[in-house]
Amino acid sequence: MTLTLQLGIIVGYLLLALVIGLVAYRLTERTAEDFYLASRTFGTIVLLFTTFATLLSAFTFFAGPNVAYQQGPEWVLVMGLMDGIIFAILWYVIGYKQWLLGRQYDYVTLGEMLGDRFGATWLRGLIAGISLLWLFPYVMLQQVGAGTALQALTEGAVPYAVGAGLITAFMILYVVVAGMRGIAWTDTIQGAFMLVVTWVAMLWVLAAVGGPGVATAALEAEAAQHLALGSDHYTPQWMLSTAIVIGFGVAMFPQVNQRFFTAGSRTSFKRSFVLWPILCVLLFVPSFLLGAWALGLGIEADIAGGDNVLPMILAEYTPVWFAALVIAGAMAAMMSSSDSMLLSGSSYFTRDLYRPFIDRTISERTEDLIARIGVVVFATASFLASLWNPATLFELGDAAFSGFAQLALPVMVALYWRRTTRAGITAGILASQLFYLSSLFLAVVPATYAGWSSGLVGMGLGLVVTVAVSLVTTPAADEREAIYFEGLGAD
Amino acid sequence: MPRLELVGWIAVAVVLCVFAIPWFLWDDATVVAGVPLWLWWHIGWMVLASLVFWLFTQRAWGIGIETASEDASSGVDSSDAASSKRPSRPASGGDRP
Repeated sequence: MTLTLQLGIIVGYLLLALVIGLVAYRLTERTAEDFYLASRTFGTIVLLFTTFATLLSAFTFFAGPNVAYQQGPEWVLVMGLMDGIIFAILWYVIGYKQWLLGRQYDYVTLGEMLGDRFGATWLRGLIAGISLLWLFPYVMLQQVGAGTALQALTEGAVPYAVGAGLITAFMILYVVVAGMRGIAWTDTIQGAFMLVVTWVAMLWVLAAVGGPGVATAALEAEAAQHLALGSDHYTPQWMLSTAIVIGFGVAMFPQVNQRFFTAGSRTSFKRSFVLWPILCVLLFVPSFLLGAWALGLGIEADIAGGDNVLPMILAEYTPVWFAALVIAGAMAAMMSSSDSMLLSGSSYFTRDLYRPFIDRTISERTEDLIARIGVVVFATASFLASLWNPATLFELGDAAFSGFAQLALPVMVALYWRRTTRAGITAGILASQLFYLSSLFLAVVPATYAGWSSGLVGMGLGLVVTVAVSLVTTPAADEREAIYFEGLGAD
Repeated sequence: MPRLELVGWIAVAVVLCVFAIPWFLWDDATVVAGVPLWLWWHIGWMVLASLVFWLFTQRAWGIGIETASEDASSGVDSSDAASSKRPSRPASGGDRP
């Protein structure tokens, strides 16, 4: 019964998404800019929720409550600072400037924006290459997650390769047909759905156990230290390192960064910015409190063994159909993040690697076609990689946020400091990437420095190197720093 | 004085970041209405952040970024940079202002 219901809900969601995709396809022009950015037309609601759903989806549903269950509800604070405040500020500092530049010069990717200003096609290729290095394994992790979840859900009836393969095939079909417009529309429905379902879940559980006072008292009896702010796990260094590194990393993640270009107007940019902290706290508080309370309510989840606490507490206190709905929603959320990543990955490849280095002469329509082929190649390759199960790729995927965070400060320096030179930004990006990769794979480079993570130290290194090398070098003749500093405005 | 205003807003941003986590309640386990006090602080702080952001969009949006004058008629193509840019495609199928 449960299984049929869950599969029914998942299939129902997929069909709904496909219908939305087809509607979007009918509205789509056959140009790469429309495929990637929906021709920069998004209003407040779509912009807000597509960013929200892309950013938070699967992690908020599963991993977040697991952390709160194991370590206590302080995770709300870390995520609140990271996404609600730091990312919101970057939304203005990086996002708004990028949007203005993108609108004025028709930029579609971050690499394109930097390559143009610094007069270097190879810099554009470098940014795209580094981004794909981190994005590819991260997409693979999503496929592994979805395939494993399907396998667990059907108790092995759908083996991993079949489940992950089916989901990959569906995502390819969907992204190729729908493009950015269709993805954003399904994201919007999904973001609203996530929010409502999480609140209903919390209220349902609280009604069943007798209110938040009872639930918290039970948690206090089980693990009093979880209620006090801070612990051996939640040290100030750890909380700040995590919030800062992931907050900056998110802004450089291709599928999020590219959304900076999609706003239709200054007003939608402003309104999304204002609503952002409230939206984050509305989702984080119920979601992570449920995870934290589960410990006091006697839910025994083996997180290290692959259990997720949220489905378990729902199974205990809510009807079967509701728990199934939430789990199906979470799987759908996982896919919605992945489809955005596929689209962005393909655009980085097509715009920043294929067009500049392989064939400069292609038309708008051909670029649109290559972009769609790029999606197929990217998704198929990451699926095949997931079958081969390589440890190195898993490690890269887990570290992707920190990897992307290494790009953030050199990019910000370039956006705001006229004296940034091509040599400076290149050195800053390479130094921080090399440092961070070494801290992951080489035993001689430590992963923490007095409690601060190597991701954060790498960011600082990138900043220092970018500024220092810029100071001792002069701009190359074909650099055009005026692009970033003159004539920027919006009516 | 725009420069002073910019410094002021940067200070506001830093304060918003610093107190999103109530460090002064470290190790405190007071529970109010079934939820830890430090979590109430955070919830209130996020609402405050939203209000501050709203104020920013009303008062200072564009500060540190927009270089064209505040006059609405001086749009995106008002300066020298515009002459060196690639020709923009017409706003096709969108509602670009």
